[in-house]
This record gives sequence, structure tokens and C-alpha cells, in this order.
Amino acid sequence: MTTPTYVNTPVEPFTIEQFYKFLEQGKLMGGICQKCKKVHLPPRPYCDKCGADKFSWLNISSKAKLLTYTIINVAPQQFQNLTPYAVGIVELAGGVRIPGMIQGVPHDQLKIGMNLQVDFGTCSQPQQWPSWQRYCFKPL
Amino acid sequence: MGLNGKPLVSIIGAGMSKFGKHDGLLGREIFGLAATEAFSRCPKLDPKQDVKAMFIGHMGESYEHQGHMGATIADWIGLRGVAATRVEAACGSSGAALRTGIYAVLSGLSDVVIVGGVEKMTHRTTAEVTEYLAMAADYPFEQFHGITFPGLFAMMATAHMNAYGTTEQHLAKIASKNHHHGALNPKAHMQKEVPVETVMGSKYVAWPLKLYDCSLISDGASCIILTKPELAAKYTDQPVHIVGSGQATDAIGLYERDSLTSLQSTKLASKAAYEMANIKPEQVNLAEVHDCFTIAELIAYEDLGFCALGEGGKLVDSGATSLGGAIPVNTSGGLKSKGHPVGATGTAQAYEMYLQLTDQADKRQVKDAKVGLTHNIGGSGATAAVHIYRRDQ
Repeated sequence: MTTPTYVNTPVEPFTIEQFYKFLEQGKLMGGICQKCKKVHLPPRPYCDKCGADKFSWLNISSKAKLLTYTIINVAPQQFQNLTPYAVGIVELAGGVRIPGMIQGVPHDQLKIGMNLQVDFGTCSQPQQWPSWQRYCFKPL
Repeated sequence: MGLNGKPLVSIIGAGMSKFGKHDGLLGREIFGLAATEAFSRCPKLDPKQDVKAMFIGHMGESYEHQGHMGATIADWIGLRGVAATRVEAACGSSGAALRTGIYAVLSGLSDVVIVGGVEKMTHRTTAEVTEYLAMAADYPFEQFHGITFPGLFAMMATAHMNAYGTTEQHLAKIASKNHHHGALNPKAHMQKEVPVETVMGSKYVAWPLKLYDCSLISDGASCIILTKPELAAKYTDQPVHIVGSGQATDAIGLYERDSLTSLQSTKLASKAAYEMANIKPEQVNLAEVHDCFTIAELIAYEDLGFCALGEGGKLVDSGATSLGGAIPVNTSGGLKSKGHPVGATGTAQAYEMYLQLTDQADKRQVKDAKVGLTHNIGGSGATAAVHIYRRDQ
């Protein structure tokens, strides 16, 4: 896992929307607690480890490891045209975890522990509030 | 609160509608069926005079396009005027309502309190129900990415299988057991045996969970009447006492939890309840646990201390959790077979404990049951409520 790099743009709010805005700029960003250094993705008002409320934005590597997954056959209306689709939870550098769709991997080749990467810009985008661009996980 | 098993509150009456399809009845009317039974079991109670507060578990206004369910229920069961509040914690709504009712009695503000829950779901399509249930999960990272409710529990199952060697067969045995129990419950939604092979042959909803690993979409209501322990004898000679109560939360998103194979909320809530009741897991004679999916029951065995972490599969294989076993689990049929009208589930579990601990469970009666436990979770486990019950000595 790579060493995190700090970004000198502390003006953006530490909100979920800002996380998705960064994605549109091609950046995968988390919030790092200025006090205890715990990395949070998504960002939040209070550190869930030490309770502090000061964060910096931090670039996170898009390299991901699959922790668990499933293949969805019964989906809400919005996603029905995609079934069956795979979703999983991945771990990123710094130990943060995010869930999302896994695209581009045959379902019978999914395996816990496999390497993936967080991809943005080329993922399925059903119409749904809010109009954020989705990320997804793809093979390296 | 070191109560050493001293009762917090006493149940003096309980009722439950049949769970299943209630065409032609709205949720408030289904609740009426549960309330009527609860009142009939406590003839010395004058509801209009005695009931001082109500807490009604109800998950979603989407199902019936009806919010404000506290006042709606008070109105429809003849208790217009009584303070009534809807309590929402997704599928754990009425477990949380029960906890809230305990607060109300213990505070001294309300001597007699109704807690209950209701949901009407079967008039909606499966796609609609899937969408409404998913609202109990994190929106911006889970729902937004197409992750469904079965999907969340399926990811726990995948992780549990990978970590401990749990199999689809273990899960199928849980489904089959609960259908066996449900076949003995005249109020269960699905009163029929389902062999392990049928479960194994059913279609995947979210791999590795199949149709028969999922609980049922049901209509139903449940209603419990609570009072102060010192007043119980005034109303009934067969009270059931609640001697432990715990409620806890965890991260709303499954992805942020420390473990994908265990629910911290269940561990925290049960620890608090066990300490309050001053008992150990091995002293529990029977339990109703939240089997929204079979994997949830297996994980509950471990988190509630009925077996060690990772040994849920072994416990299933041993038969200990079947009727006649050392710790029968979900004698009512559970959410799996009795049904899961989400808001009604927590207090429906309390209803089963009331029947069991007053020897009224008929064909599914657990002999010599003295101590029972209920476990109700909300969403993928961001909420858990655990209660411990003891029969009157």
C-alpha cells in the first residue's frame, strides 16, 4: 500500500458530496483526522476514533483488495436492467473500506482477496438522486 | 444498572395478529387485531383509563403512504387522547419501541404502557418492497451503488463462509428448522415444512443467499402491555417479567464496521442485557433471534454467546437450536416462517416469549422454560435491541 499524500486544499468542506465532486475530477479523496491521523472515507464531522473535528483531505490510491462480495439477482427498479450484477466491499490504502459495484470481472472469477481498482468515469450510471458520478471496482 | 435480575417491567397482556396477507385491512386495522387480543388477555385492564402512553414501531410510510403511525394507532384502538409516538429503527422498530416503553415505565411517568408494531407490505411489488427495505441501509454508499438488503447479508455470508467454513447447507438447515417451528404456529405466515433440499434448490436472490434464506414479506401487528412490576398482580396472576434490556448501534454502513462476520451492536446490547439480568448465555432456555436472513440467525448465535465465534454452523448441525434441543431458537418460526412485517417483528418476538413463559405455546411449548431472550436488529445491524424475560416465580 502506498504512503498517503496530503493535499493543500483544506477549503473544500468535509462532506459526502465533496467526496463525489473530487471523483468527478478524477481524484479519490478521504479525510484524515489532524489529531489521531485516522483516515475517514466518507468524510464526517467527527473522527470516529478520537472525536476530533479537524480534518485534511488526503489522496487515496485507487488500488483495492476485495473483502467480500455478492451477486445481486433481485434489484430495485433503478438497477433492474443491470441484473445480475456483482457488488462488494474493498479495502484501500490506510485501511479504509468502501462498497460498490464490481464491473468487468466474470462472476465465477470473483474471489475474496483479489486485487481490483477503483474506477471512475466508466461505471454504470442509472438515473437517480443525487446526480453524482458513481465509482465502481474493476480489474487491475 | 446492576439490577441483579430484578424485573424492570412486567408484561400483563400481549396480542398478535396472524402474520401473512391481510387483503382489505389497513395497518391500523391489523393493529386492532393485536390490541384486541392483548386486551382480552388482561380483562382487569381498563385501557381507556389505565394506558398512559404508547410506542409503536413502524418502519416506513412508503408502504401505505401513511406516516404519523403513533396517533393513527391510538385513534384506531379506542385510545384517542393517549400520548402515542412512532418509534423507527428500521426492522428493529418495535424492539426499540419496547425499550422506549421500558424507559417510560421506569421513569415513573406512565404506569401502564402499550408497546407494539405494525407493517403492511404485501400489497406492494417485490421491487417496491426491496427498495423500501433498502432505505434502512446507508444511502450514499450502499443504496446508491445498487446494494440491496439481501445483498448486505449476502456479503456477511460470503465473509463468514470464507473465514469459518460455514456452508450454504448450514444456512439451509436454519431455514428448514424455522419452517418446522412455523408449521406448529397457527399465526405464522407460512405454516409448512420446507426440507433442506427445497432451500438448496431455490433461486439465488443475492448469492450465496437463496429465496428460502430470506424472511417473508408479510402484513402483521403485535401489541404488548407493560406495567411496573409492583402493579402486575393487580392486573394478572400470570405476568412475565423483563429482567434485562440492551440497545446499541454500530456504523450505518456495513463497510465501516470492524467485522463483516459479527454484529457489534448485538454484542453490546446483549452484554448490557445479560449484566442487567445477571445471567449468562447458557442460562437462556429459548430465544427469538432476528433471522431476516438465515445468516443473520447464525451470526446471532455467536454474538449472543450461544456458541463461540465461527461455530454457528456447528451449533446448527448439533440440533441444539431446534425444538427439543438445548436452546431452541425461533420457536415461533422466526421471521423466516412466521413472517416479517418489519415494524411488528420486535414485539412479535416478545409475544412469543409471553406465550412460552406462561405455558400457552401449545404444540411448540418449550418445557420448563424459565428464561427467554429476544434479539431484534434494524437494517444490516446498525441497531440491535436485546431483551431478557423471566417467568413469574
